[in-house]
Amino acid sequence: MAHRLATGGRRIDRSRRLGFSFDGQSLEGVQGDTLASALMANGQVLMGRSFKYHRPRGPVTAGHEEPNALVGLGQGGRFEPNARATTTPLHEGLRAQSQNRWPSLKFDVGAVNAKLSRFLPAGFYYKTFLWPASFWHKVYEPIIRQSAGLGRPPEGSDADRYEHFYHHNDVTIVGGGVAGLARALSEAQDGKRVLLIDQDDRWGGRALTDGMRDGATIDGQSAETWVADAVARLETMENVTLRLNLQGTGVYDHGWMTAYERISDHRPGTEGPRHRLWKIRTGHIVTATGAIERPLAFAGNDLPGVMLASAMRDFLDDFGVAVGSKVVVVTNNDDAYRTALALHEAGVTVRAVVDARTSVTGALPGQVRDAGIEIVTGSGVKATGDQVVRSVELCAIGGDGTSKGRISCDAVAMSGGWSPVPHLWSHCGGKLLWDDARAFFYPDANRPPLGADGGAMVSAEGAAAGDLTLSALTQGPEEAPMRPVWIMPEKAGPELRTKMFLDYQNDVKVSDIQLAAREGFISVEHAKRYTTLGMATDQGKLSNINGLAVLADARGEPIPTVGTTTFRPPFTPISMGSIAGEARGEIFQPLRRTPIHAWHEENGADFEPVGQWRRPYCYLRPGEDRHSAVKREVLNVRSNVGLLDASTLGKIVVKGPDAGKFLDLVYTNMMSTLKVGRCRYGLMCSENGFLIDDGVVARLSEDSYLCHTTTGGADRIHAHLEEFLQTEWWDLQVYTANVTEQWAQIAVVGPNARKVLEKLGGMDLSKDALPFMAWAEGALAGIPARVFRISFSGELSYEVAVPANQGRALWDKLLEAGAEFDIQPYGTEGLHVLRAEKGFIMIGDESDGTVIPQDLGLNWAISKKKDDFIGKRGQERSHMTDPDRWRLVGLETLDGSVLPDGAYVVDEGENANGQRNMQGRVTSTYYSPTLDRGIAMALVRRGPERMGEVLEIPGTDGRSYKARICDPVFYDKEGVRQDV
Amino acid sequence: MLRLHCPNCGVDCDETELSAGGEAHLTRFGPGSEDDDFESYLFMRKNPKGVHFERWRHVMGCGKWFHAARNTVSLRVYGTYPAQVTAPPEALLAEIDAVEPGWRNKEEA
Amino acid sequence: MTRYSAFAIAKQAMRHHMGWDRAWASPSPKSHYDVVIVGAGGHGLATAYWLGRKHGITNVAVIEKGWLGGGNTGRNTTIIRSNYLQDPSAALYEKSRSLFETMSQDLNYNVMFSPRGVLMLAQTEHEKRGYLRTAHANMLQGVETRWIGPQEVKRICPIMNIDGPRYPVLGGLWQERAGTARHDAVAWGYARACSDMGMDIIEQCEVTGVTRDGDKVTGLSTTRGEIGCGKLGIVVAGHSGRLAEMAGFRLPVESVPLQALVSEPIKPCMDIVVMANTVHGYMSQSDKGEMVIGGGTDSFNGYHQRGSFHHIEETVRALVETFPMISRLKMLRHWGGIVDMTGDRSPILSKTPVGNCFINCGWGTGGFKATPGSGWAFAELMAKGHSPLTAEFGMERFREGRFIDESVAAGVAH
Repeated sequence: MAHRLATGGRRIDRSRRLGFSFDGQSLEGVQGDTLASALMANGQVLMGRSFKYHRPRGPVTAGHEEPNALVGLGQGGRFEPNARATTTPLHEGLRAQSQNRWPSLKFDVGAVNAKLSRFLPAGFYYKTFLWPASFWHKVYEPIIRQSAGLGRPPEGSDADRYEHFYHHNDVTIVGGGVAGLARALSEAQDGKRVLLIDQDDRWGGRALTDGMRDGATIDGQSAETWVADAVARLETMENVTLRLNLQGTGVYDHGWMTAYERISDHRPGTEGPRHRLWKIRTGHIVTATGAIERPLAFAGNDLPGVMLASAMRDFLDDFGVAVGSKVVVVTNNDDAYRTALALHEAGVTVRAVVDARTSVTGALPGQVRDAGIEIVTGSGVKATGDQVVRSVELCAIGGDGTSKGRISCDAVAMSGGWSPVPHLWSHCGGKLLWDDARAFFYPDANRPPLGADGGAMVSAEGAAAGDLTLSALTQGPEEAPMRPVWIMPEKAGPELRTKMFLDYQNDVKVSDIQLAAREGFISVEHAKRYTTLGMATDQGKLSNINGLAVLADARGEPIPTVGTTTFRPPFTPISMGSIAGEARGEIFQPLRRTPIHAWHEENGADFEPVGQWRRPYCYLRPGEDRHSAVKREVLNVRSNVGLLDASTLGKIVVKGPDAGKFLDLVYTNMMSTLKVGRCRYGLMCSENGFLIDDGVVARLSEDSYLCHTTTGGADRIHAHLEEFLQTEWWDLQVYTANVTEQWAQIAVVGPNARKVLEKLGGMDLSKDALPFMAWAEGALAGIPARVFRISFSGELSYEVAVPANQGRALWDKLLEAGAEFDIQPYGTEGLHVLRAEKGFIMIGDESDGTVIPQDLGLNWAISKKKDDFIGKRGQERSHMTDPDRWRLVGLETLDGSVLPDGAYVVDEGENANGQRNMQGRVTSTYYSPTLDRGIAMALVRRGPERMGEVLEIPGTDGRSYKARICDPVFYDKEGVRQDV
Repeated sequence: MLRLHCPNCGVDCDETELSAGGEAHLTRFGPGSEDDDFESYLFMRKNPKGVHFERWRHVMGCGKWFHAARNTVSLRVYGTYPAQVTAPPEALLAEIDAVEPGWRNKEEA
Repeated sequence: MTRYSAFAIAKQAMRHHMGWDRAWASPSPKSHYDVVIVGAGGHGLATAYWLGRKHGITNVAVIEKGWLGGGNTGRNTTIIRSNYLQDPSAALYEKSRSLFETMSQDLNYNVMFSPRGVLMLAQTEHEKRGYLRTAHANMLQGVETRWIGPQEVKRICPIMNIDGPRYPVLGGLWQERAGTARHDAVAWGYARACSDMGMDIIEQCEVTGVTRDGDKVTGLSTTRGEIGCGKLGIVVAGHSGRLAEMAGFRLPVESVPLQALVSEPIKPCMDIVVMANTVHGYMSQSDKGEMVIGGGTDSFNGYHQRGSFHHIEETVRALVETFPMISRLKMLRHWGGIVDMTGDRSPILSKTPVGNCFINCGWGTGGFKATPGSGWAFAELMAKGHSPLTAEFGMERFREGRFIDESVAAGVAH
C-alpha cells in the first residue's frame, strides 16, 4: 500500500501540515506535496477513471505528462476540470474531486464499458449505430457524449484574472536542469540578454535526484552544489532573467514563443493574476527540456500502482512517498535500477527486477545484485489486480506470455527507456532523427526550425538533444545498452494485446493499433485518428513512440519510415483565461466615445455599437419605448429642430498640390472643380466597381480638401487612400490625415436650426452668406467652428465642427439656445428614418459590397468627363452593364403597413435548383412618422422602368405583402425645405 | 508571428503591427484595358509555393507601405524594400539566387 | 466487402477482430482511367463516389500525394450548415446538407452527422438586419432557418452570456437541421465506398505534370508513373494553383493558413454550434467532449500549416467573452491548414480553358460542409458537361464581374 515514509522528501516540509479533501473525504498532506503525492501518502493510489472504458487509474507519472490522475479542483468561479494531480501543488483547503465516474470513483457504473471492451475496439462507432438513421443524433450520440468527456464543465464566470507579459531578449532557454543552466551561463557570459525558465518550482532538473543518487560530479562539485552555484552566479548577472513555474509552451515563427506562468493556483483568492501568458520575442531558443520515460506495453500495465520507474523514485526522493510496500521493477534498461536502489535504501521491499535483456552487466544492476535483490533476465511480465496491482506473472520476453511464475506485489515500476522532449523543437518544423540503439527520436541539428534570416532559430541541449546522461558535463555510472521492447512479451497473443495500454487516457491498446493497420489505416495520421492514440490531454507524451513502434511493426517497416504525427502547441494544456488575458468585460475591446458621450449617458441614450463607437440609437424619455422615442425625435426635426452628435463621422484631410487630381481618381465625381468654400457629395468605389463609401467633400483651400466618410469607414477609407497614394500614384504630391477624432461634429437640423445657431452668434448663417452646400469658418458662441450647410434629412441643416475638446461646450450651448424651441437630440434610428423619407441611400443598407452607384440611380455623381477613377474599369464589365440589374426604387405597401426588414421580392416560378425566383429585395424599411405609413427602398430588377407595378413580398412572419413601385423620395420631392 | 524590417522607419515590426497587402508589382489596368488584363490585375495571383514578392503596410507604426520578399513555405524573409518601385532590386534578386537556386525557373514553370 | 453493423462487430469480437478487411484497397495505378480525380480529400472522394453511384462511371482513379483526407478534410471544425444568403450558395450547401442526412446509411459508414442546430449570433443592429435578410432569402430558397430572439438564444445555449457588456446578443439566425459530422469518417466512408465500386484510390502518388494533346488533357505524370485519363478533375484545395499551372491555366486563388483549436474534453455542456461573427469566434462541442473552436485566417500567403498565435488569442478572447465558463478550460492543441481563397470567397466548380479538365477549388474556410454536395454537383458537371448546381460557380465570373459574395450580410463563411 502507498504510504509516507518516516524520513526523506527533498521538496516537503513535514512540519507544515495542510488539510485538503478528495471526493469529500478530509485528508492531510504537508507543505511541498503535490496533490498526487499527498493522496498516495494517504494510501490513495486510485485517482481517476479512463476516458473510454472507465478503467480505474492511478498516477503513472510524477509530472506534466500525466494522463491518468486528472481531477476537478476548487469550486464555483474557481473550479477547474482536468487538473493533473501530479503538478497541482497542495494548499490548505484544497478541494479535489475525481472525474468521469458515477456514482463514485470506486464503484463506477461506466466501468461496464471495460467489460464490453471486446465489442468496443478502436473505431467501433464508425461501424455501428447506423440504423435507424434518426437514432444517431437522438439516442446513440447523447449516450456516447455522456459517457465521454472527462471533468465536469465549469459554471458561470471566472473569479480570477489573467494577464499577458511581454519579454524581448537575445536567447531564451527552456529548461533549468544542468544543460539549461550551463547554456545560460555561457550565453550570459557572452553578454547576451538571457531568459532561463523552468516549469518546475526549483532549478536543477533530474540532477538533484538522480545526480545526487549517483554521486555524480559536475566540474568536481556535487550536482546540488553545482546547481546552487550556477543559479547564484546567474542571479548576479544583470543580463539574465530567471523564472521558475514558467513553462515554455509554444514556439512560433521568426523567434516568437509563448510561456505559461502559474502564479496563484496554489493560493486561490489572493491578489494578482492566476496565470500569466508570456509572449517572448527572442533571438534564439534553446530547448533544454530533458527527456520523458516511456511505459512498457505489458498486459495490465494500466493498473493503479503501475508507474514509471522514474516517477516512483521521484515520489520517494521528493515527497518521501512509497507507492507500494512490495515493488517489482520491470525494465529494458539500466536506469530503472536506480529506482530499485532508491526503494531498497528507503526500506521498501523490492521483490525483483525483471529485465527484458538476457544479459545484464552494468554498474547499476551490479549494485542491485549486491543489495540482494533478484534480477530476472530475458523476461517480461503481465500484471494482474483490480483497483490496484496485486501481482505480476513472469514470462519469457520472446515468448507468447506463458507464465513462468508469479510474484505478488502492490506496485510495479516500469521503464521502457527514455525519449527526448522534442515538442518545442518541432513546433516550427524542426526535424527529428531516429536513434535505433536507444530507440528514440531526437532533434536533427542539421535541420532545425529556421528563423526569418534562414538561420537556425532553435537549438537543443542535453537530454532534449539526445544526450541522456545528465549532461556532457557530468560524471556518472556507465550504463549498458537498452533493449527496445514494444510489446511485452514479443509474441503475445490477441488476448494479452487487448490489455496492453499505449494511450492510457483514451484506452488505446496494442490491439487497437494493430486493428487499424489491418484495416488499412497505416499512415501514422490515419492510425492516430482512427484509434485516438495521442489525442488525449497528454497529447501522446507517453504513448506516441510506443504506438509508432507497434504500427511500424504491423506494417513491417522501420519506425522512422512511419514517421511521427505533427507536434502542435501548447506543450501542455494552458488555460483559455490566460490566452484571453486582460481583455474581458468592459475592456474586451477598445471603446470609442465622442466628446459628448457622457451627456448621452446621462440623458437616456439607448446605445448601439457601431464599430468600436457607441452611438445613441435614440433617447428614451420616461415611459417611452424605442418606437415612440424615434417617432418623437423625427417629428421634432421635421417641425422644429433636432440635434445629432455626428462626431463619429469620418474626417480625412487631403492636402497638396495634386490633391484635386488625386480626389478625381478616388471619387467617381469630379472634385478638382469644386470651389473653395463649397461642398460636394461624393462616392467612392473599389477597383471592382462596387460602392464602398460616400460623404460630403468640402474644399478647405486651393490645395486642401476635407473628405467626410461614414462612421464605420474612416479608418478603412483612409487606408484605401494611402494605399493608392503610396503604391500606385506615388508621383502625386499629396498628404492625407485622418482627423476624425480631432473634431466634434454636431448637426443642427430642422426649420428652427438657423434661429438656434443665430442665438449663439458669431457667424452670418443666412441663406445668402452660407447657401446650401457651402461651408464657412468662424466662431460660434466664441468657439472656433467650421459650419457646413449640408443636409442628410432634407431639412434646413448645419453641421458644426469644433475642436474635440470644445464639443461638449458647444452641445450644451446649443441645448441652452434651443430650449425655447424645445430642441431635442435624436439618435441613429431617427437619422435613418429622416434620410429614408428623403430617399437618401445609406452605405451598408442600400449598398452591401455588391452594389454599384449606377444601381442606386447615382449616375449624376459619376463623372463622364474623367478618363479614370477607381472602379471605372470594373463598372465596364458585362455583368455591371446588364440592363437586368436590380436598381433602386421606392416601395409603398398597398395597406400602409411596414415591410419586413430584409425581405425579398418574388417573381413567378422557380429556378433550375428549385428555388423560388426573386426579382429584388428591400434594402431599407421604416415606419415614417412624417407620412404615418410604411416606406421602403428596394433594389428591383429594372426597377425604375417599372413605376407603379405592384410586387409581392413574402415575409418570414407568414404574411405576403403587396407593395407598389414608386419614387424613392417620399418627402419634399422638390427639395425646397433644405434650401431655405 | 512574422517579423519584418520596415525600410521606411527602420523598425523590426511584429506581424501585429502590419497589414498584408498581397502580391507586389502588379500593373494596374484601368479604363480601356482588355478584359484579360483587367481580370489578371484584380484576381490572378502567382500564389507561389516559395519566393513571394508582396506588399505590407506598417499600419500600427509609420503607416507606410513597403515590399518584402518572403518564402511562403519556410517563411524566410530575403529582404524588404520601398513600395515605390515596380520591380525588386537587382541586389535582392541576386541574394535570393544565392540561397534559392533555380527559384526563377520554378516561377516561370 | 464486409457490411458494417453491430452484428458484424459482435461476430468479429469472438475472433479478436482479426478478420476485418482493409477499409479501402491500395492498388497500383493502371495505365488509363475514364476519369482521374487528383486529390483524395473529402471533395475528391465524394466526386468519385457520385460519378459511380449516379452516373455509372466506375473506371475512376483518385490519386493523392499524401494520405487520404489529410488536408482540410481532417483539419476543420466540422460545421455543416446551409444558411447562405445568395441563391447559388444556398442551393449547393443545402444539397450538401441534405446528403449528410443520409450519408451514414448511403455509405454504410457512421459519419456521425449530428443535426444539433447551428446558431449565428447577431451582436450589432447591422448584423441583425443581415440575418433577417438571410432568413427571408432562405425561406424562398427552401432552406429552413429562422430568426430567434435573445431569450430563445439563452434557452438553447445556456452557457452563453447574452448580456454583453460590449456586445449583447440581439438574437440569432437558427438552423435546426444544421450541425456537425465526424470529418475523418466522411473521407474514410467515401474511400471505402469508392473502393467497393472498383475505383482505385492511390495514395502516396504525387502529380508532377499534366499531359496534353493540343488543348485537351490526356493524362498525368506522377511519382508512380504515367496515368492516362479521359477526363481530369482537380480537387486539391490549397494546391490548386500549382496543378492549374501544370495543366496550363491560371486560377484566381490565393492560399492562406486557417487555424483552429480544441480544449480538453469535458462532459456535455453545449448542444449546438454557435458562430459569432462580430467577435470572430465559432464553437461547438465534439462527441469526445472537446470544445472545438474555429479561428481566423492569416492575412498573408502561406503554405505553412500553422499560423500566428495572435489569431488564436483573438478567437479565444471573443469566446471567453461570449462563453465565460470556458475561461477555466484549457486549450489542448491548436493547428493550421491551408485554405484557397478566390476573389469573392466563393468556390469554383468549373470547366477550364483546357479541354476535359475540370476544377473544383476555392472553398476557403467553408469547404467541409460542402463535401457531399460538391461531389454530387462536380460529378454531374464532369459526367454531363453541365450541372445546375455549378452553373453560377464558373471561373469566368470574375472576368464578368458576376460575384457570389456571401460576406454582404455578415454571413461570413465557415
